[in-house]
Amino acid sequence: MINIDSTVSQAPPKVEVSNLNFYYGDKQAIKNVNLVLPKNKITALIGPSGCGKTTLLRCFNRMHDLYDGNRYEGEIVLDGQVNILSRRIDPIEVRMRVGMVFQRPNPFPKSIFENVAYGLRVRGEKNKSFIADKVEEALKASALWDEVNDRLKDMAFTLSGGQQQRLCIARALATDPELILFDEPTSALDPIATRNIEDLMDGLKKQVTILIVTHSMQQAARLSDYTAFMYLGEMLECDRTEVIFKQAAQLRTRDYVSGQFG
Amino acid sequence: MATSLSPSSTPLSPIQLSVLQRKRSSNLFAVAGIFSIAIALMTLIALVLQLFIQGFPKLNWQFLTSFADPEASLAGVLAALVGSCLVMLVTAATAVPVGIGAGLYLEEYIARNKFSALIEINVTNLAGVPSIVYGLLALGLFKYYFNLGESILTAGLTLALLVLPVVIVATREAIRAIPSSLREAAYAMGASKSQMVFDHLLPYAFGNILTGVIIGLSRAIGETAPLVTIGALTFIAFLPDSPIQSGFPFISFEWLKAPFTVLPIQMFNWVSRPEPEFQVNAAAAGIVLLSLTLMMNSIAIYLRYRIQKNLKW
Ligand SMILES: Nc1ncnc2c1ncn2[C@@H]1O[C@H](COP(=O)(O)OP(=O)(O)O)[C@@H](O)[C@H]1O
Ligand SMILES: [Mg+2]
Repeated sequence: MINIDSTVSQAPPKVEVSNLNFYYGDKQAIKNVNLVLPKNKITALIGPSGCGKTTLLRCFNRMHDLYDGNRYEGEIVLDGQVNILSRRIDPIEVRMRVGMVFQRPNPFPKSIFENVAYGLRVRGEKNKSFIADKVEEALKASALWDEVNDRLKDMAFTLSGGQQQRLCIARALATDPELILFDEPTSALDPIATRNIEDLMDGLKKQVTILIVTHSMQQAARLSDYTAFMYLGEMLECDRTEVIFKQAAQLRTRDYVSGQFG
Repeated sequence: MATSLSPSSTPLSPIQLSVLQRKRSSNLFAVAGIFSIAIALMTLIALVLQLFIQGFPKLNWQFLTSFADPEASLAGVLAALVGSCLVMLVTAATAVPVGIGAGLYLEEYIARNKFSALIEINVTNLAGVPSIVYGLLALGLFKYYFNLGESILTAGLTLALLVLPVVIVATREAIRAIPSSLREAAYAMGASKSQMVFDHLLPYAFGNILTGVIIGLSRAIGETAPLVTIGALTFIAFLPDSPIQSGFPFISFEWLKAPFTVLPIQMFNWVSRPEPEFQVNAAAAGIVLLSLTLMMNSIAIYLRYRIQKNLKW
């Protein structure tokens, strides 16, 4: 048998979530969630639709602050230092450290280059050659450089859906975030585009910690080092991916990963 | 089988009858629609045609470069044309920034409560206020309270009041049409609210805002009543100071204080004269006014096309 405890503790935690509750107005969508995201690992968030995966993900970059009536309780601690849910921390500061890739590709109606450069421009970067280097680096990391290096000035919407999503990944990568959140990044893409994105994901974890929501069991099994299973707003179980898929502790988790319900 | 389907041999089934009836009423409606369009189009064509037939012979360089004159054959629209353009300049320069600012604030910044709902209802209704009411407001506010006189500035500000609600509503609609996924994308990159607004919302909304601005200005350029209220002159034989000067500081704002007339007022003045020659002048001035409006609209359509071409989401 594998010694679970020792492997879990080997990877230092990047993010620690403790006693997290989240409310849309009066409706509680996240219930007392505890979770650790190990550094430079991919953690997959799975669970039936409506269980609160997106809601939980959007707590990590304070996206819920954009809308009135949303409320957090509990802590999400980065590097054992800052609680990013603290009122003293500006959400902009959080989003400068935590990147996000959305369910549907949402490139800006600007050029391919400007899309990737935007995060740097937001940070006040003026040095043109530095920006150009960063854009190239990010496009290479998102496996898009070879397809677009001769058309960086073209509008982003001239790319295919899969290319657009990789552009969004490059956009998030360009500012060297510490954590990237992916919300079902391949659910709007065809199988080949999905495959491309899955392929590049593994290379990314060298530089960044990843939390990915996915509705595909195979994707979670293929990609992730750790898997967290949510059910009705609660975190039922989180462990190394092979443990969740082969010998989950909870019956509900076993049923879900074996496709008994969804 | 085939023969039983032929219409002559059998009476119509209930289904066929029902289809036939509903088709008939659709056709009736189409005919009524064509008729309504024909009335609208024909009135428009007749008006424009009459204007052209009457005024076209009079349209020449002399007409465009002469001042008003008691002698119909010597009279021209120079003062009115320049007046209309300068007044529009003031109107656009004030209504556009204020309108965009107000629309942006209402759409993006204001907290949603009863007070903001009240403001919203009122802004929307402002667009329906009769223009003469704006004239009265301007008379009291600009002319007497701020002592701006019967000037181009007063006229421009008066029409700006008229255009403002149109610009506000257009701005709000343009901003609302931008999908929230783009806002979220900008915020997720660490953008501040002002960066999101200036890097994304305004550039993406600009094409549609521009359309609203032009609709507003096209309405304003034909307005007569509010300008008569604040005391526009009908007979002006000089041009305001040029905004560009040869001596230091090269730019002058003296023209803002100049008395003015505008094309619709000049037209009205000529129409109310008994001599038939002046009716011709009025028609010619009408063509000039119409061309000005058309020109503004085509510039707007072109710019909008240029901008929208690069926007897709
Ligand atoms: N903006 C919102 N306001 C109120 N309730 C919401 C909102 N967004 C999601 N919810 C509710 O929160 C729960 C979790 O939704 P979500 O996080 O989108 O689930 P998942 O991503 O796992 O499918 C659902 O019951 C959903 O109806
Ligand atoms: Mg979701």
